[in-house]
Amino acid sequence: MPEVKRYPNRLGIKGWFGGGRWGVERYLYTLHRLTGLGLLTYFLMHIVVTSRRALGAESWTAAMATVGAPIFKVGEYLVFVAFAFHAFNGLRLVLVELGVLTGRPEEPVYPYESSLDVQRPFMVVMMIAAAVVMLLGGYEFFFMAH
Amino acid sequence: MANEGTTNVIFRVRRYDPDRDAAPYYQDFTVPVPPGMVVLEGLWYIKEHMDATLSWRVSCRMGVCGSCGMLINGSPTLACNTQIHDVARDGLLMVAPLPNFDIIRDLVPDLGPLFDRHSHLMPFIVREDHDEMQEPSDQYWQSADDLLEYLQFTYCIKCGCCMAACPTFATDPTYSGPQPLAQAYRYMIDSRDGAFEERKAILAGEAGPWRCHYAGECSAVCPKGVDPARAIQLMKRELVLDYLRLGKLRRRKPAGVLPPEKKRGRREGIPEHPPFTVEGAG
Ligand code: FES
Repeated sequence: MPEVKRYPNRLGIKGWFGGGRWGVERYLYTLHRLTGLGLLTYFLMHIVVTSRRALGAESWTAAMATVGAPIFKVGEYLVFVAFAFHAFNGLRLVLVELGVLTGRPEEPVYPYESSLDVQRPFMVVMMIAAAVVMLLGGYEFFFMAH
Repeated sequence: MANEGTTNVIFRVRRYDPDRDAAPYYQDFTVPVPPGMVVLEGLWYIKEHMDATLSWRVSCRMGVCGSCGMLINGSPTLACNTQIHDVARDGLLMVAPLPNFDIIRDLVPDLGPLFDRHSHLMPFIVREDHDEMQEPSDQYWQSADDLLEYLQFTYCIKCGCCMAACPTFATDPTYSGPQPLAQAYRYMIDSRDGAFEERKAILAGEAGPWRCHYAGECSAVCPKGVDPARAIQLMKRELVLDYLRLGKLRRRKPAGVLPPEKKRGRREGIPEHPPFTVEGAG
């Protein structure tokens, strides 16, 4: 068989975001990945900063003075937001991936209902819980004296 | 012949001729669309009246064969059971080949990788009684509940829509993808199958379901309601349970042939078949 020329058409990262009309779970999937990467970045930075303690008191005080700036406070709050989302969405994913929230297989009868419909109420509850924790955290971060 | 309610819709079709074009491009065709016309008929109209070189894949025209999967207004679906007026926006319809597969020509994707992965994950019943399988003495004994465990997943027509929609498959060519995994689960959970350990050796590794994090897009776009995402999560569940030595599949004996005491005669009230119209039939 002669070799057919093909044009590669894999979506790549674009495929994470879809076409804007796709399901909400797709965006949660993407956010879960992005927040996961964000938390990992924070973790690495955290190690770098706290390791300054090993270099002596002076180095430590200087590092603390830098990260005490308001921009870092906002950054820390963003880390907290990422954490809240990642934790609650992760809880949903654990339950879904263990088949607890997917429902049993059923014969497909139109209009089809899928496992997405089964887990959706729980997804909404988890997102509300995440939002509440984010708001409470924001109050604590910005309005309570430390 | 223009029907009542016919309106013009612009088909913006992604074209690619491997012998001529360096890259795909979009071409517009204006198609008169009566109510009820499906995308596939629109493509036929273009081929018959405007450009005979337009290529796509088609066979059954009724949502059974899985040939005509394409990206219609951003959503992977079957051209033969999607009505134009349901999906066109402001008189515009974008038609492109299924993404995540190489393009062979115009709207024809190369589904080879799907079939390769599909066959790699053992989409068939594996048992030790080869003679019984080749020359069955009777049917295997499977309850209605056992049947329901996998029935939904047998409706797959291998159109590739789920693979085109999957964000993991979009970035990771090593991921098996929703279609092959759903079919692997369909056979793994079938009570007539006796090869759980063999399947596990494949599925617990790289080819398995672990890169899936439930974007759920495969189930949202499946034109047959197969719900591959459900199959993949249930597969993870079985593999995790098995890892914890709690799974039932490792102990399951494949269903045997219907025992004689379970055999029932014809149910009452079911009429006899009409006389054969062909001599020698039956
Ligand atoms: S042509 Fe067979 S599914 Fe569309």
